[in-house]
Parts: sequence; C-alpha cells; structure tokens
Amino acid sequence: MSTLPAVMAQQLGPIDTPAIDWLAISPPVALLAGSLLILTLVGVTRWRPAPGVWAAVTVVTSLVAIGLAAAVWVRVTDPERGPSSAVAGAVAVDGFTVFVTVVVCVAVILTAMTSAGYLRREGLDGPELYALLLLAGTGGIVMAAAGDLIVLFLGLEILSIAVYVLAGYHLRRIESQESAMKYFVLGAFSSAFLLYGIALVYGATGSTNLARIADFLAGNVLESTGLLLAGFALLLVGLGFKVAAAPFHVWVPDVYQGAPTPITGFMAAATKAAAFAALVRVFVSTFGGYQLDWQPIVGALAVLTLVVGAVLAAVQTDLKRTLAYTSLVHAGFILVAVQTATDQGVVAVLFYSATYAVVILGMFAVLTTVSRRGDVGHDLDAYRGMAYSRPGLALALTLFLMAQAGIPLTAGFFAKFYVIAAAVDAGTYLLAVAAMLGAVVAAFVYLRLIVTMYSQTDEQAARTGPAPRPVRPPIPLGVKLTLAVAVVYTLAAGILPGPLVDLARDATPLLVLAG
Amino acid sequence: MSVEPSWYLVLSAMLFTIGALGLLVRRNPLVMFMCVELMLNAVNLTFVTFARMLNDIGGQVVVFFVLVVAAAEVVVGLGIIVAILRRRPGATADDIALLKG
Repeated sequence: MSTLPAVMAQQLGPIDTPAIDWLAISPPVALLAGSLLILTLVGVTRWRPAPGVWAAVTVVTSLVAIGLAAAVWVRVTDPERGPSSAVAGAVAVDGFTVFVTVVVCVAVILTAMTSAGYLRREGLDGPELYALLLLAGTGGIVMAAAGDLIVLFLGLEILSIAVYVLAGYHLRRIESQESAMKYFVLGAFSSAFLLYGIALVYGATGSTNLARIADFLAGNVLESTGLLLAGFALLLVGLGFKVAAAPFHVWVPDVYQGAPTPITGFMAAATKAAAFAALVRVFVSTFGGYQLDWQPIVGALAVLTLVVGAVLAAVQTDLKRTLAYTSLVHAGFILVAVQTATDQGVVAVLFYSATYAVVILGMFAVLTTVSRRGDVGHDLDAYRGMAYSRPGLALALTLFLMAQAGIPLTAGFFAKFYVIAAAVDAGTYLLAVAAMLGAVVAAFVYLRLIVTMYSQTDEQAARTGPAPRPVRPPIPLGVKLTLAVAVVYTLAAGILPGPLVDLARDATPLLVLAG
Repeated sequence: MSVEPSWYLVLSAMLFTIGALGLLVRRNPLVMFMCVELMLNAVNLTFVTFARMLNDIGGQVVVFFVLVVAAAEVVVGLGIIVAILRRRPGATADDIALLKG
C-alpha cells in the first residue's frame, strides 16, 4: 500500500504554481513588510520608543519602496526588456505602475511626517496610524499595478479598509467616528457596485484578466453588448465614488471634515491618485476599443463634478469642507484628461495626480499646524491676519493656493495646461471650456482665503506702536520637512516641468498577456 | 421544467437590488451592514453562475476572494459601529449627523 503523497504524485503530478517575479512586486511588499514590522514590534516586545520613531520607520520603509520602484523603472524602460506582467498576469509591470507607486509612497511619507506632531498634540501617539498608513499605501500600489480586475478589487479594499479606520482614528472626536461610519457605509456600497461591474464584464468576456479582456474585445465582435456596457456603468460608479466624482461625491465633505486633518490630506492625495490610475488602466487601456461608449459618460461626469465642486466650494465657511469641494474641481479636471483616452491625456492624468498629491499634502500640513488641540479651528476666520502672526506659514499656504488655482510659475499651472491641451487635441473643446470655467470659480475660493490671510484682524488693526511678539506653538519638524518638500516641488515643477513630463511620457500603461 | 442558468442571474440581480434599496431605506447601522453583505453575496452568485455558463473555474475562485474581503469589511465596520454606539447608545444613521454645511 502506497502512502497518500505517493498516490497523489502519481495521479496529479506537482501543482503548477506561477513563477513570481519578486523584484516587480517588491515595492508593495516592502510597505507591507514595514507595516507588519511595526505591528509585530508593538505586539511582541515592550519597546516603546521615543515619539517620532514610528514616523521615521514609515518614512524609511517608503523610501526603500521608492528605491525598489526605481530598480523596476530601470528594467521597464530598458528597450530590450520593456513592460511585462508578473504573477501569472495578475500584476502589470510597466512605467505607469512605477509612477503611481512613487506618488503613493511620497503621499505616505508626507502624511507620516505631518501626523507625528499632530498625534503628539492630540495625545494619540501610537504606532497604529503608521501601520495603517503603510497598509493603505500597499493597497494603493496594488490598485495601480492591477493586471486583473480581481486584483484591482483587492487593492481597492486594502486601501479603503485601512482608510476607514484612519478616518475614525481620533477616538475622542465623535465627528471623526461619524466620518468613519459614513465613509465605511458608502465605501462598502460602492465596492459592491464595482464588484458587480467586474462580474458582468467577466460574464461578457469570459475573463477577469485585463490583458485577456482587451485581447478578447479586439478579436471578437459581441452579439449583444448590453452585459458589457452594464458592466462599464457599474465599474464607473464604483471608481467614480473613490475619485469623488459627482454625483457620487456626497460622502466627500463630511468625511473630509470629520477625519483627522493629516489623514484627510492622505485621502485627497493617495486615494485619488490610486483610483485614477485604476480608472485609466481599466477604461483607457483595456476598454479603449469601446471608447465611443464610455467617453460621453465620463465627459458628463467631469462637467457635473466641475460644476458641483466649484459652486458649492464658494459657499463654504469651514476650510476642510471648502477643500473637499475644490477637490471635486480637481477630480473633474483629471476626468477631462481621462475621457480623451489618448496617451497625451494619460500623461496629463499622471502629472496632475502627482502635483495635486504634493500640493494638497502641503496644504493639509499647514491646516494641521494652524488647527488647535481637538482638531478644531478650521473656519475661515481662524486664518484672518495670519500673514502678520505667522508669516512663514502664510507664505507657504499662499504658494499652495496659487498652485491649486493654476497660476503660472507653480506646478498647478502646467498640470492644468496639459489637461486642457490634451482635451483640445482630442477635439473635446466644450469640456476644455468647462474645465477652465470651473478653475476660474475655484480660483475665487482660493483668492478669498489669500485675501483673508493678508487682511488684519480688528485687534491687529487697532493696535498702535510695535506689535508684541505673538505667542505661537512651534512648528513640528515633520511639518517643516513636509512643507519644504511641497514648496520645492511646487516651484521646481512650475518652472521646469520638463523632466517630470518626460517621466510621465514613459509611463503610459501597457497590458502584457501572461506567457 | 428545467432551471436555466439565466434565472440565477435574475435572482442575483434581484438580491443585489434588495440590498441596495435596503441600505438606502433602513436607518439601523447593523441592518445597513447586512444589506451590504447581501449585495456582495448577490455578486458571488453572479460569479458562480457565469463560471458555470462559461465553464471556467476563475469565476468560482473569485468568490473566495470576495468572501475574505467581506469578512475583513465586517470586522472594521463592526469596530466603527461599536465605537459610535459606546458614545451614543441606540444611535441610528439619522442621529449621526454632526457634520453638515
């Protein structure tokens, strides 16, 4: 009588497992490892390090991930090797993946540096936020790298579930928990729609692998496209929720206002970048052949998002809510670039996402510093006379606001310029006009804040003689570093955008069938 | 009378709709939660039906991924609900409305 293993070997042979290209998937693995390291150290040892050490671990981990991403970049831009797919086609290894990976890692770094001081001020210092931040980064990268719709869904959930918890991280603020609850319920609702969309696309094409779907759609004419188009619609609902496109934006203001301020910045930067990456990979590169079917819908979403964002941003008094609505204007802009479905449009999406991520994280670093214990003081009046009481911060905030408004010599100008150029080249003039009008209304919101900062409070105006030295809490080191990075980026990419655009040009997504 | 595979698609579409409507109509956080689960499991039924129709194992494998994700979502969602209910016993979705503007 032979043993069970022997019988199995006889009948089945060894199980075929896919080869795993470790270098290609190393950036998200590095972030995951960093997260697990933090959790293990906290759970197993009694080591309680000085404040800031966990933030430093997060920053170092993300820098390692960026280094690994650079190694992948060298490989995919090598003309002899080029883009490929890893883990049996589940992960796309191309310049697009690497570009978004770096954007997400930078967002994790800047958020971690801003959070360190915030957590100390709020008395919440702990390692969990950093572990969750790294996990969210992992999810974002997986989402951007997805070569399969199921991997995309998994990445989206890894990102979202971590961010649900982060939104409710401030345990003593009921607003924080309310925002977590709202984000969670609507997030789960939209994930279900996304998943149903995946199921319908699977039913119509017979695969969930993006390269196979593209291959199938290119080689076959479908008898009836109803199932596929319904799948498109549901996928758009799911991803539209994550990128905060109107009419799927209702969660945005409440969640942005309630979540801890540094986390709001992360949501605006990383979640948006990852979701737009997924949108581009699925719609532009996989469903590119059905462009005529989805383009008008994305265009309509873009216009609606621009209008809703610009109009409602103008009537807000809370700065976090204002930024929530202006984030809609930015999302509308990126959607205008997505609907062009050209390589030029993809470059614009990448440049805009990267610029918006850095600028908005700089802004939220300022907001974090200006707010007071309990995460309060985000109303417009708190900023009156700031140019006199905290000139450095006011100057940085002015620069970020100008970048968001798209004023020349800031990165925001070129971000908007490339989107408009792509839209005009694709012949969608009306959308280009709508985008510019949205930008004008949003610029009014930004300028109002700048004017507020540079006008004196009654107390400042009534004072005669030399101003007393204002009492103000020192700016934490992490915030200073974040601001430095954001300011340097905003100016550098605003004066010399060439190198970044060249990188984005090498980063158009390509789907490679698994061997 | 034989049961066509397409019947299962209709059934799952109905279950999905019931879940979606329930989430929009009901105000108890736990019931809203169950509605999300109903939606996800309706999609699972769709996946299995398509896998059967296409004679492809991939659709059935997806169900396992979805189950794991749903479980992870339950853990986090219940945690958030418990955190809120500790502050305000018996809160419904309508009571949780501090944030507005």
